[in-house]
Amino acid sequence: MWQSLQLETKDQNFTVLAVALDVPEAARPWIESASASYPCLIDRDHVVAELYNLVNVPQAVWIDETGTIVRPAETAGSNDGFRAMDRQTLVVPDDVLAERKRLKAAYFDAVRDWAMRGAESPHALDAEGVRARLRVPDAAVAQAHVRFRLGRLLARASRDAEATAQFAEATRLHPESWAMWRQTAAKNERGLASGPEFWKRVDALGNRPYYAPVEIDAASPPPKGGR
Amino acid sequence: MKVTIAHESRETELAHAKADGEALWLERDDVERATGWQWKPEGLCRDDICMPLPRTAGRPMTEGNRLDVAAFWRHAGWPVVHDDASGLWVLGEGASRRADALGSLAAPDFELPDLEGRLHRLRDYRGRRVFLASWASW
Repeated sequence: MWQSLQLETKDQNFTVLAVALDVPEAARPWIESASASYPCLIDRDHVVAELYNLVNVPQAVWIDETGTIVRPAETAGSNDGFRAMDRQTLVVPDDVLAERKRLKAAYFDAVRDWAMRGAESPHALDAEGVRARLRVPDAAVAQAHVRFRLGRLLARASRDAEATAQFAEATRLHPESWAMWRQTAAKNERGLASGPEFWKRVDALGNRPYYAPVEIDAASPPPKGGR
Repeated sequence: MKVTIAHESRETELAHAKADGEALWLERDDVERATGWQWKPEGLCRDDICMPLPRTAGRPMTEGNRLDVAAFWRHAGWPVVHDDASGLWVLGEGASRRADALGSLAAPDFELPDLEGRLHRLRDYRGRRVFLASWASW
């Protein structure tokens, strides 16, 4: 997904670091077909999700040269357009597709701008801006992560019933985490947790987003020297 | 019985740990191996922080060279879960420590393998801008 961006910015002091919140067997075919030139890491226990308070994919965090977060976890170029899908034909209306494309391009432009210009980019936030957008875990979320981790350990020990019970508790404690739910839900033949249970959960969101919208300032000044 | 403790990126099997109901007794060196926290005279220490061991009136938290890390974890308000039949324990990070770490804006370090099993640490990429992007097949 990010390979074009990596290629365009290969001479910059920048790298994509992809983290699959996934098991290696399921991630492998995707990584192999992407032939990415950036590192693709496997996080089967969702450690990075816990550390950065991620709740879905794709979400991204921008980290500068000094190891400082300049954009906290946020939706990386997706929106809720899929919710307008006709569930019989799986067709998404053209205007919804166009808006999704526009939004994805705007996000890619922002990442590219930061990759090129670093701190000069208006998309790299100052500390106040990062803190204003930062969402931190509460006690229930912390509990959910230990339940999820125990479930993963149990699943690897082939204790499936016990694992399922831990995953259910994790999801109860942290209902906002689609990563926890989809990782552990039943998958279809294409490996997707997108059956009736998925749609039931999506519908239960009501007006709340599946992908939290991101504010990308479209009115940013052009790069120095013009473009 | 063998005990396996998961804490952050660690997964440690301990032969000399003793699980007893809600208690998890670890030898001094094993406390650090399993959790990264060092058991010193002033308490449990990691980085610049030392958390004193509480003097509890009822059940003591220490017994000779052993510490009940589960009791310590609960005393600190950090999450602990376990499965007795399999000897699996997870010692989690407390929400407020996690929130403080994120609020400092220092990107938390981690170590993860790629498909070939090669380990990558976030700090290996210090000096470059890193676009940390999550994805999944599901």
